[in-house]
Amino acid sequence: MTDTPQLDEREYRLVSQYQQGLPLDPRPFARMAEQLQADEAWVIETLRRLQQEGIVSRVGPVIRPNSIGVSTLVAMAVPPEDLERVAAIVNEYPEVNHNYEREHRYNLWFVVTAPNEAHLAQVLDGIRERTGFPLLDLPMLEDYFIDLGFPLQWT
Amino acid sequence: MDLKAHRHPGLDDPRQRALLREIEGGLPLVSRPYAVLAARLGMTEAEVLSHLRRMLASGVLKRIGIVVRHRRLGYQANAMVVWDVPDDQVDRIGRLLGRAPWVTLCYRRPRRPPAWPYNLFTMIHGRDREAVRHNIERLVQDFGLHAIRREVLFSRRSFRQRGARYFSLAPRTACPREGGTAAPGGGP
Repeated sequence: MTDTPQLDEREYRLVSQYQQGLPLDPRPFARMAEQLQADEAWVIETLRRLQQEGIVSRVGPVIRPNSIGVSTLVAMAVPPEDLERVAAIVNEYPEVNHNYEREHRYNLWFVVTAPNEAHLAQVLDGIRERTGFPLLDLPMLEDYFIDLGFPLQWT
Repeated sequence: MDLKAHRHPGLDDPRQRALLREIEGGLPLVSRPYAVLAARLGMTEAEVLSHLRRMLASGVLKRIGIVVRHRRLGYQANAMVVWDVPDDQVDRIGRLLGRAPWVTLCYRRPRRPPAWPYNLFTMIHGRDREAVRHNIERLVQDFGLHAIRREVLFSRRSFRQRGARYFSLAPRTACPREGGTAAPGGGP
């Protein structure tokens, strides 16, 4: 069963089957269409629409963390009345790709990705100086996750 | 910054850098996306596919697939669950949690005592908070994690969620060897 109200059965199969990888073929969407008993134009149109609707963020590569650059997870403990202002400063940096409020004394959590350590340090220093709050810098040391794509059908 | 966080298996051909810059935001959604990329890069379609295969084999690329925004798919709740695992057990428990059904990320990160004692970070999504809490409880039961101190940090708001940009950062912080366009980065 689909369990994802925004998608019909065939769209659900498209998204769930190809999270892990597209066929590496000159015409990947045609190959996918064959497997889904759809046509290539439907696959392309559906992916464009899901991307416009924001359900699909992109159809493309997932680059392994720290394989061609550096990144870190940063936590900040920000007084609630300052949170929006601080989050907006953090979001000014294109190096920030995830930025969440979480329910904890450390209430602002974001990921910073940069080409090299000097660049990363420069971003962290900038955020520290501009916000006036200390940062917890928590770079990944080991990745234990076995990447099977996102399981769309569990409870 | 520390330890293994910043190793670089890297790229074995300078053209791979240009290729990643073209596709990091997503493939063109057309019948022959690699031919379009090839034309932009002055390569052949077969060369593009061959470079992508090599980067998948070397591990620079985890996959080329459909990247879903979980929140928009109805998985409204997500919790970061952090664990204070004794150092001599963290590899074993990390590997257990990293393949558990409800876990979508599982990283070891440094402790920052006294403010931050936790060294294992997992991400758990669910349709609602009740489902997330239920799944955490199952993991504790199944893997016997009762004695391990943990905290559950539910997310309240997303200020930004998108893929990492390695090449298309603003020129403001461009790094020297890349000219006007910034160079590669690292993931979450």
